[in-house]
Formats: sequence, structure tokens, C-alpha cells
Amino acid sequence: MTICENNVAKIEIICKEFNYDKGELINVLHKTQTTFGYLPEEVQQIVAQNLNTSLAHVYGVVSFYSFFTMTPKGKFPINICTGTACYVRGAEKVLNEFKTLLKIKVGETTKDDKFSLSNLRCVGACGLAPVVLVGEKVYGRVTLDGVQKILDDYNES
Amino acid sequence: MSIKYRKNLLICSGSSCHDASNFDLMDFINVKLKEYGLDDDIQVVQSVCFNKCSIGPNMIVYPDNVEYSTITKSDIDDIIIEHLLNGRIVERLVYNDVNIISGTHKKQYRIALRNCGFIDPEAIEDYIEKDGYDALAKCLTTFTPEEVTQQIIKSGLRGRGGGGFPTGVKWDITSKSVAEQKYVVCNADEGDPGAFMDRSILEGDPHSVIEAMAICGYCIGANKGIVYIRAEYPLAIKRLKIALDQAKEYGLLGSQIFGTDFNFTIDIKYGAGAFVCGEETALIHSMEGLRGEPTLKPPFPSVSGYLKYPTNVNNVETFANIPAIINKGADWFASIGTEKSKGTKVFALAGKINNVGLIEVPMGTTLREVIYDIGGGIVDGKKFKAVQTGGPSGGCLTEKDLDLPIDFDSLTAAGSMMGSGGMIVMDEDDCMVAMAKFYLEFTVEESCGKCVPCRIGNKRLHEMLTKLCDGYGTPEDLDLLRNLSVVVKDTSLCGLGQTSPNPILSTMANFYDEYHAHVVDHKCPSGQCTSFLKYYIDEENCIGCLVCARNCPVNAIFGEKKKLHIINHEICIKCGICMERCKFDAIYIK
Repeated sequence: MTICENNVAKIEIICKEFNYDKGELINVLHKTQTTFGYLPEEVQQIVAQNLNTSLAHVYGVVSFYSFFTMTPKGKFPINICTGTACYVRGAEKVLNEFKTLLKIKVGETTKDDKFSLSNLRCVGACGLAPVVLVGEKVYGRVTLDGVQKILDDYNES
Repeated sequence: MSIKYRKNLLICSGSSCHDASNFDLMDFINVKLKEYGLDDDIQVVQSVCFNKCSIGPNMIVYPDNVEYSTITKSDIDDIIIEHLLNGRIVERLVYNDVNIISGTHKKQYRIALRNCGFIDPEAIEDYIEKDGYDALAKCLTTFTPEEVTQQIIKSGLRGRGGGGFPTGVKWDITSKSVAEQKYVVCNADEGDPGAFMDRSILEGDPHSVIEAMAICGYCIGANKGIVYIRAEYPLAIKRLKIALDQAKEYGLLGSQIFGTDFNFTIDIKYGAGAFVCGEETALIHSMEGLRGEPTLKPPFPSVSGYLKYPTNVNNVETFANIPAIINKGADWFASIGTEKSKGTKVFALAGKINNVGLIEVPMGTTLREVIYDIGGGIVDGKKFKAVQTGGPSGGCLTEKDLDLPIDFDSLTAAGSMMGSGGMIVMDEDDCMVAMAKFYLEFTVEESCGKCVPCRIGNKRLHEMLTKLCDGYGTPEDLDLLRNLSVVVKDTSLCGLGQTSPNPILSTMANFYDEYHAHVVDHKCPSGQCTSFLKYYIDEENCIGCLVCARNCPVNAIFGEKKKLHIINHEICIKCGICMERCKFDAIYIK
């Protein structure tokens, strides 16, 4: 990804909002990721320059926290909760069903950039276990048959 | 809740109910009430968690105390016409259970959750009506900081985040550190999977935390507070922000609070998905914009914390107890609970239990009361096997521990720990070796990698457990597993590594026969570790519909239409999909 001037300006505005304070790096990265969808090296470089810190520091933080990603997600990011309550109620089988149907592994995106698959730990909706999130939408008590139905919701659109 | 309305509809807007409804229940009901001309008469109040997450969305009609569950759009008209207009209860939506009204079960006692579910978290007036900010006013105008700290010490309150360190003592130490700036930090980085009490408090009663942080600031001499919250909790963040704005507007945060010379402000910092940031030194580094890696204590944060200034870190639930202690007195609080663990504890019940959700019970309540009386027993009437407390850092408790009074010390003595209060219930179908493996997988993913025992030791432990579950384990592995567990526990830098082998050690202590079965008999007694099993097709039941063959991910099933199918065991990966998909019960495992 080569980064255009317009996007450089966007990053600068975000950094300015936090007074170019490198102590606010995590907040800056949150906002930047919301804007761009992910944090490629080029973006990290500009964040580093603006906050007057090294790329190594920014990269260290980005790679440390699971919330930040350096690869673009699919149009519909699928997250399977693998917290304990969901695990006990069969999240692993649901995850495997997604893998089989989408033919991708966790952390990958389908060839048409439509779906990406990841797992996360506990969204706190343990009463609905097992839980699957597609974007912000939550699907509760997901069964194996339900997996195809979830995908169908997005394949039509 | 305002008394100027004839009735109040309390709608649970906790995440489980919110997500289960798939539509905005509150808005929808408000529109409907308007249609019926009832909007001046009946108020809709958003509240949080009635401990019935699995049958949400839930609603309570107050003051009638009728509770409706699993409400859909089409039920709203019925509730309005039948109940609100004609005074007849809509029986089909009433959940029949021993708990008449959840949260008011006689064995429960609410201090931290006192307002959750009963006030509108987005209305400061509701909180003030429930004596909100009285405690802060009392502290600032009648007591010295030392007097308040002494009250907290006397109450016997211990940190609810897992450590169980006496809160008042922590405040006392921080207050004695001399510096031009100090900080109060609220740890809302609730990473323990299956525990969601902090989120519910922030979603249901954010002002209690804000008030307590200000009281803490007064005691330790800090004028700045920071809430460090998980980015995964958007609703809690939203409510907290609203509450902070309201408190500022009312002059309860800012400068010269209650006309005194005490100033206090609160900012929010976000986590970014790292379990280790629940550890206070790691949390402080994360707040400084660094990798969330822990450092050796001492120096403790109370001496050198955020930006090297003295910092007092407490967890959300701990803070939520503070206003109640000030209002009702330290003696009252100390009269609840056991000798060394005072007050109550919130637990998040989840797993194979009927009533999933949050409960709050006095310390000293037994596991049996929690699981059977309040939790309603095991799903599908199955047999209770174990309960994991303390999350990935804790251990499992078994049937023999059911009558154990729960407090910090008794759980530690039983080989587990209080932790943040997650309780995951397991039944006879759960394999304890696989459970240990699951927790280790979590630790391996979440280890920050700073110290060798945690980074490499846990990885090796996980590999050994995988070997066991895959059927390649030997009896020697069990000794190695235990020895390495002890080493990792003894030599890791922070709480994460020091506790990560607990699930292994406690399952080995309680379910050694299962480990033995995996390596000696080459069997998984609960049948969960599928590598020990073989799938077969029953001659009589199979009608030759090809459904299993079509769904097999590795094409291990052969056969023609309307003829018996056969599974090739060389290819079969034992995923069990064929069994789930077969509509004729023709697939069995042996």
C-alpha cells in the first residue's frame, strides 16, 4: 500500500487530536485503525513520525495487542468467541465448520475479500454461548447448521 | 425510577439481552406506548442483568414484580394490552423458576450490584435518588482523608480483581507516598473469559465507580483518575462517558467539589486486547502507550506507577463497594461474610448451568447454594462434574468441595482461587484434560513473552497436553507435566505465569484417573477427545442418503445412494460432522 497525501493528512489530524503525545499511542492507533481498517507499515511509519517516536516502538505496540491488525480484514469480519463459556458449549466445532465452509484458517481472508475469520476471547455475552460476531452483529446459540445460515445472510447481499 | 409513573418497565440492556433481541427493544416499546397513549403513565427504564441471560431479552414490570422473558416484537402488544391496560399477567411469557424475581433470590445479597437493574444507568438523577454521591459529600465535608481510609481498612474490604489485597491498606500506603502528582486508576480490563461483572457494573451503575474513585482520590491525595477499559466493551464505554459528562455537569467532578478545595477529574484509556494488562504493572505500561509487559514488584504502583507517580489501582467491583461502606458504615460491611473475607462477591455463572448470569452472594456461601439454589442446577439434568473458578489462573473444584464456604482463603486452600469471579460449570461430558489444554492454549496466546518460563514453559505444557488429547501420551509425560508446571509457577515474573499451570495441577489432583486413562488405557472417559474414538455407520439405520458423505470435510465416507455407507478410518479426522448431520442416528462412536 502506498499512502496518498490525503491519508497522511488524516493520520496527522488524529495525532494532533491527542497533542502528538506518544503516551497516547494506543488511542491514536485505535482511531487510525477505525479510519483505515488496518495498520500497514506505511501507516505506522507516519504515526511514528508524528508522535516523534521510532517505528520500532509503534510496531512493538501494534504487534503486541490482538486488537490491532496489519492485514486487511474481509468485508464481513467473522469473529468466533472462544472464551470458556463458549468453549464449553461447543465453540470449537462452530469454528471448524466456518473453516470448512470458507476454506480458510483463522487469521485469513477469503479470496474474494468477503469474509475473514478470527477468534476472540469473551465478549461477555456468555448467556448466548456459543457466540459468533459478524462485524458488530451478534449471533447467539449458534449450531452447526446455523453456520451456513449466517454465511447465507451475507452471501445474498 | 421515578414514582411519578404508574408503572416502570425495567428492560435488561446488558450485552446478552441486548444481543439476543436483535432489535432495539427500548425504542420499540417507547413507540408502542406512545401509540397506546401510555407514555405519560408508564416509563421504560434500561437496566442491567437479572441473571437470566440465557432466556433474554428480559423485562420486569415494576411495582408488580412480574418478569417476562424471551420477549419478541410480537409480544409487546400483548404485554401492553393484557398487563398494562387490563392488569392480567401474560402467563406464557413468565419464566417459571424457583427464583421469583432474579437478583432478589433470598440467598443473594447485593452490595456491588445494588443498583444494577434498578436504575437507569444513563440518568444521574436515578443514582442520586438512591443516595448517590452522598458518600462523597460525607467524606469531603465531615471526615479527614485518614478517617475515610481507616473506615475502609476497618470494613475488611479486599481487592475483588483477584489478588484479594486489603483495599484500605493499599490506599493507606499510596497516601503516604510523597509526590506532587498521584493517580487513581480503575482497572476495567476484565480479561478473564467468562467473567463479566465489571462490564455489568459499568453498564448498569457507572456512577458508583466514579463516586468511589473520587473518594479514593480524596484519601490518597490525587486529583486525577483514569479508567482503563477494554475496547471490547463498547456499551460500557458509552455509558461511562455519559456518566462522566453528567457528573461534571452536576459539579461532582471538576474543581471545588461540594464547595471544598478538593478537585478531581477522570479520563478514559482503552485497552487493545491483552489479557496480561489486567496485571497492574502491565496495565500502567499500557496506559503509557507501551507494550503491556509487567515489571518486577517492588516498586509497587503505590510508590511508583503511572508516569512514575504513586498510583492506586483498584478493580471496578472493589470501587463499587466503597460508597455503600461509607453510607452504611464499616461495621455493617464487616458483619457480612467470613472472618477474613468481608462483604459479598459477584460471580458470573456460565457454562452448563441453567441460570446463566451474574449473582452476588455473601462471602461464605457454599458452592452448592450457588450452583443448585441460585444457578438452578446443571443443564439437561446431567451430572455435575466440576466448576472452574478464577478463570485461566484458577483451578477446578469438584463434588467434594460443594459444601465449601466460598471466600478468598478457602478457595486458595482448595487449590483454586477467587480470581475475578468467573464460575464455569462443567458436566459429565467435559474432559478435564481437554479443559486444561484449553486454558493453556489461552495462556500461550496471552503470554507477553517477556520472561522465559511463561513464554516457553507454557508452550511446552500445551504441547504435552495436546499430545495427551491426541492419544500419544505416555505415563512419563504425566510426571514431566507436573514437574514443569511447578517450575513455571515458581519462576515466572508476574501473576499470569505464576498461576497459569493451576488448571493442570488442580485437574491432576482431582481427576488423575482421567489423565491415567488417556496415557495408559488410551481412552478418554468422557468421550470428548475424539482421537480415541472411531466412527461407525449402523447397518440398520443407514438409508444411504449420502448426507454424511457430502458433508465429510475429508471425503472419508464411501457408498452409493440407497446403499450402506462406510467410513474409511485411515482418512477420518474424527470431526464428528457426519454424526451431527445424520438425521437417522445411523452414526455411532466406539
